[in-house]
Amino acid sequence: MEATRPFDFANLHFKGEGGTLIPLLQKVQTEEGYISKERIEEIHRKTGVPLSHIFGVATFYAQFRLRPVGRNIIKVCHGTACHVAGANAISASLKDILQIGDGETTPDRAFTVETVSCLGCCSLAPVIMVNKDTHGNLAPADLRKALAPYRSGKA
Amino acid sequence: MKILVGLGTCGIAAGAAATYAAVLSRTGPLDGSCRVEKTGCAGMCYREPLVEVRDDDGTRWQYGQITPARVDRLVSEHVVNGSPVTDWLVWTSGGKGQEQAFIDRQHRIVLENCGVIDPEKIEEYLEKGGYQALEKVLARKDPDGLIGQIIESGLRGRGGAGFLTGMKWRFTRLAPGKQKYVICNADEGDPGAFMDRSVLESDPHAVLEGMAIAGHAIGATKGYIYVRAEYPLAVERLTIAIAQAEARGLLGDGILGTGFEFHVSLKEGAGAFVCGEETALIASIEGRRGMPRVRPPFPAVKGLWESPTNINNVETFANVPWIVRNGAEAFSRLGTAKSKGTKVFAMAGKIRRGGLVEVPMGISIREIVHDVCGGIKENRKFKAVQMGGPSGGCIPAELEDTVIDYESINKTGAIMGSGGLVVVDETTCMVDMARFFLDFTQRESCGKCTFCRIGTRRMLEILSRITAGQGVDGDIEKLESLALLVKNNSLCGLGQTAPNPVLTTLKYFRAEYEAHISNRKCPAHQCQALLTYTINEKCNGCGVCGRACSAKAITGEKRKPHVIDHEKCIRCDECYRACRFDAITRM
Ligand SMILES: Cc1cc2nc3c(=O)[nH]c(=O)nc-3n(C[C@H](O)[C@H](O)[C@H](O)COP(=O)(O)O)c2cc1C
Repeated sequence: MEATRPFDFANLHFKGEGGTLIPLLQKVQTEEGYISKERIEEIHRKTGVPLSHIFGVATFYAQFRLRPVGRNIIKVCHGTACHVAGANAISASLKDILQIGDGETTPDRAFTVETVSCLGCCSLAPVIMVNKDTHGNLAPADLRKALAPYRSGKA
Repeated sequence: MKILVGLGTCGIAAGAAATYAAVLSRTGPLDGSCRVEKTGCAGMCYREPLVEVRDDDGTRWQYGQITPARVDRLVSEHVVNGSPVTDWLVWTSGGKGQEQAFIDRQHRIVLENCGVIDPEKIEEYLEKGGYQALEKVLARKDPDGLIGQIIESGLRGRGGAGFLTGMKWRFTRLAPGKQKYVICNADEGDPGAFMDRSVLESDPHAVLEGMAIAGHAIGATKGYIYVRAEYPLAVERLTIAIAQAEARGLLGDGILGTGFEFHVSLKEGAGAFVCGEETALIASIEGRRGMPRVRPPFPAVKGLWESPTNINNVETFANVPWIVRNGAEAFSRLGTAKSKGTKVFAMAGKIRRGGLVEVPMGISIREIVHDVCGGIKENRKFKAVQMGGPSGGCIPAELEDTVIDYESINKTGAIMGSGGLVVVDETTCMVDMARFFLDFTQRESCGKCTFCRIGTRRMLEILSRITAGQGVDGDIEKLESLALLVKNNSLCGLGQTAPNPVLTTLKYFRAEYEAHISNRKCPAHQCQALLTYTINEKCNGCGVCGRACSAKAITGEKRKPHVIDHEKCIRCDECYRACRFDAITRM
């Protein structure tokens, strides 16, 4: 249906170009950490893009989060090289330490854990990324120490 | 003299930013004859952080694993006293490094400037002959001749399918339409692939120049780079590069004083593997869910905003300026009858030297694995290479003489793919490997085609069951028939190729599947559910295993052999890893 019934993107122009819904959602997420219901409604009111379309796009792409996140985001790489190097053990150990699964946030909002496809640092496998820091060549036993500075807000 | 610090994503991940700061503060007090610069990725990921000392005559000394603590000795000995620190030398232009083979066996066209120039300075790209190719084609004003040259070079798309680039340009040029577009596909979604990221981070202008040349060839004035959201550094460097090129009149209106205009914008992806597929990518740029559509019409005829659009991969564009500068013949001299030039591979897995390599087409897998990458780590046995990620397959060690060329790789059941090459040894279970990829494709299926959406899920369930020790007779046959159905009934490449990891592992490693199902054994000792841990006669009762065991399944008196309670054992492998006497048997 989408291909045959194009939307009027006229109101959506962003520096004179069409196709700005995704950059808009990205901007919201960068600024607020996630995309709230209020923001989706606001985008709808300001641009006229149907709510269903905005929600459809927001749920299609893995990048968009519809729930608030913790102060620190842990991305656990599950690319091929990390898988071969034991990423499953890293995920299991994280679950053990933080008591949360993929996509979840600790009750104290210190951490959110996300599984990602590939961070592209394959020769450092297995790799996790905490906020913007990459930690490579990890063993499950290293995790507690690696996370401590983030928990205390010192990193 | 200059010092260059490799600041690509993998370098930074390995601590290169701290090294860079340490070099700056160590050289600061010197007399100023030694400059410090940033550069991109030299490809030797396994020895990051990399620091190069370059003499004024251009002699290069590449040092590996230069942590901040090593900076002082490096600068004191090499820069101040003029005597290179041989202990840490990995490669030199004079052939004196410890790992000379890694670079010497390569042939660098796409990676020519990677790790050589500062990607944030257009002057350095210009010094290397940058934008001369664009100048040449704009002066010649012969787009058809240019397209002819690209066809003649034999350049094929590096994004996976290997379509002749010049032919694609010709179709887009001939398609009717006033507004045309060039898109650079930098979505690089294959797990295990990072070639495009390195090129964008280390030599962004080569890609921009290639796009502008394509724009001139097809008659487009606008280009988009669709780049993965997970590549923030690539986005940053591209943004700088575009601004610098515009400021010098190499992009934008009236390029190089001619009437040619070409504007480039970035579009960041939002984390969907399927958006690497060209029609899905276009939908995503247009602000929709990234779902592929039926082709034809191909994007060359009806693409972005319904206009003729030429889409190429990052590496494809990066080859173009070289071909224009050096001629089609120089390019087609490299490679095999139907695959010309070079290919960049992201080497990862169980090899000694992992990183980015660019080799001429026609080289064998054996040469890449053993000669360039130094063979398998810890002297284990080479088992297979996985090429082409979730769309590709495993090529077993017996076929290591297969050469890198589109047709030869296809014959094995794998595909050239975009360049991810993961090497595995005997400790990797091939059924688990297939399961890993099906888990990926099942999650990434956009859901439009039933066979892809549900078929991949059913295949995953069977593979999960087999690796969990619950396989049943008939599972292999079921996998085979589902694989065919998914392959034949999916619209886009995602579904059409998703069964490849299963089909190739079944073709070459069928016995492993059978061992899981019939004997409840994982020959690679990887599938946890199928392992049994026992303590053998080598046990001296040191107690380390018992302390490592979180399930409290190990008991025994001090200095007497211990035992594992199989009911309690959760097969976490901790005891096996903790034991220093080889006293734990894992079967
Ligand atoms: C599921 C799927 C994912 C793809 N991902 C990529 C990608 O990440 N990068 C890429 O260049 N091509 C990718 N492709 C191939 C593109 O559809 C397209 O063929 C390519 O960008 C054309 O460029 P080329 O001719 O230079 O290879 C993908 C195809 C499929 C079916």
